[in-house]
Amino acid sequence: MRNIWTIAKREYDHYFISPIAYVVAFMILITTGSIFAVNIVIFQQNVSQLFGQAPDISPVTGAFGFLLVLAIPAVTMRLLADEARMGTLELLLTAPVRDFELVAGKWLGGLLFILSIVAVTLIYPILLNGIVIGNLTLLQPMVTPGLDRQLMLSSYLGVILLAASFLALGVGISAIFTNQFAAFFMTLSLFVILWWLIGFPAQVLPGASGQVFNYLSMQTHFYDAFGSGSIHLKDIVYFVSLIALGLFTGTTAVEIRRWR
Amino acid sequence: MIQVNGLTKDYGARRAIDNLTFDAEQGEIVGFLGPNGAGKTTTMRILTGYMPPTEGTATVAGYDIIEESLEVRRRVGYLPETVPLYNDMTALEYLKFMADLRHIPDAEERAHETLENVNLADRANSYIGTFSKGMRQRIGLAQALIHRPEVLILDEPTIGLDPAQVVEMRKVIREIGKDRTVLLSTHILSEAQQVCDRVLIINKGRIVTEDTPENLQSRLVGAQRVILRVRGDSDGLTGRVTKVKGVRGVEAKPDGSVEFEFDAGEDARPQVAKAIIESGYELLEMHAVGLSLEEIFLELTRETTGGKKSS
Repeated sequence: MRNIWTIAKREYDHYFISPIAYVVAFMILITTGSIFAVNIVIFQQNVSQLFGQAPDISPVTGAFGFLLVLAIPAVTMRLLADEARMGTLELLLTAPVRDFELVAGKWLGGLLFILSIVAVTLIYPILLNGIVIGNLTLLQPMVTPGLDRQLMLSSYLGVILLAASFLALGVGISAIFTNQFAAFFMTLSLFVILWWLIGFPAQVLPGASGQVFNYLSMQTHFYDAFGSGSIHLKDIVYFVSLIALGLFTGTTAVEIRRWR
Repeated sequence: MIQVNGLTKDYGARRAIDNLTFDAEQGEIVGFLGPNGAGKTTTMRILTGYMPPTEGTATVAGYDIIEESLEVRRRVGYLPETVPLYNDMTALEYLKFMADLRHIPDAEERAHETLENVNLADRANSYIGTFSKGMRQRIGLAQALIHRPEVLILDEPTIGLDPAQVVEMRKVIREIGKDRTVLLSTHILSEAQQVCDRVLIINKGRIVTEDTPENLQSRLVGAQRVILRVRGDSDGLTGRVTKVKGVRGVEAKPDGSVEFEFDAGEDARPQVAKAIIESGYELLEMHAVGLSLEEIFLELTRETTGGKKSS
């Protein structure tokens, strides 16, 4: 555990001096910010239509699906590929660190970075809550009747699990490739498949096979479960399995690299 | 401290090292001398736990390199040939990171201490990206020393350094080697002679010979090679030189000079000079050349490889 933390900490610090990290943070914050602002304007103009329906934060958390598909490949592409290119992988592989600890440390570092950006977006629910209760004092604690807090919490839990799964898969692919761009495009392709393409056979195929594809689709678990306020074990299992798969792939790739 | 037994490593169809067997005692500086591609780096990578061997076993500091890899890695300091540094970290941050990975208590204090040992204390807060080649080499060495390892493995520690830095690095290594086992690789003969207690000459993955630098020296300088030059036409010169007793390996060079060699014991130069002048040539120059490393390898590997020049 200690080694995982040491590596994660170094990785986390590294993000704040790399331009890619700022581009990613900028992209996520400007998109979620715009979506939030637009939604408030629409909400104000259509108050009568929305009467009786509580405003919620799901437009913001929902956007994370698409945003993370694009952002995470850029965040993970250099994690192990860069170490291999610079020769520092030799340093880490001859240090008393298990291969799994190395891969998990890289993953955790990336996750902490993404979560830092996600944490910034918490400003939106706080603002929205202020609007809902008619008091824009930012530090006003969330009081009832405010936002649907269960929906908000489950949405954010969904974002965290989605980011963690994407990052694990990205780290796994980064461990396979020495070239950053190969890692980037492979990761992006995989995400596009898991996020969008897998949804088509899920709709077309009948019966059990369609259900299998439906279960494999990330959108099913992200939007239909966490995004609509319900937390089920099967959805948590889905994301945790992806995390395990990604970290296992990464560890195996590092081990194979040793044998070559 | 290091025991290597029948170590073999294949990269696909190519055999990088072939049945290596050697050992190194505590407090001994052992030099790995060989041309590029001889298998030095491969051997070091196996001993440091970077990659497993195809066949054979080795123990470092009493631990098996395959079964107890983590224990070995805890006790070995390793400076790879391409010094593995993070340019975006300061010297102090980098050493602290390495100290943390090795679970050293008071990592920061130890990092400062180690920086002092390699004369980089005044650059503790400079970014490694701004370091010169010599400083990079020293911070790399600091990384290998930070956990005070029993065994130190250094891959080409002086490569790319300027002469003053080379001298300093050798001094540092000798200092370290007083109470620790050091295995270092080099392709510079004089370096091996100056620094090491024992030298292993390795070529094409095999140990060609193994001896103390002094013994090696006298064995290698068994033959003396000489270049000679005459004024004007050198036709027939080779034939004349060949006839002198004790001379062998006569070779005419494109620039008109002639090279030959003789056994170190019996200096053939006076006879050659006399013979040339008597034949009417005007002798301009005659000087001895040291054997280059390539020639030493040719010499030492002639029987096994048919004298082909190794890469």
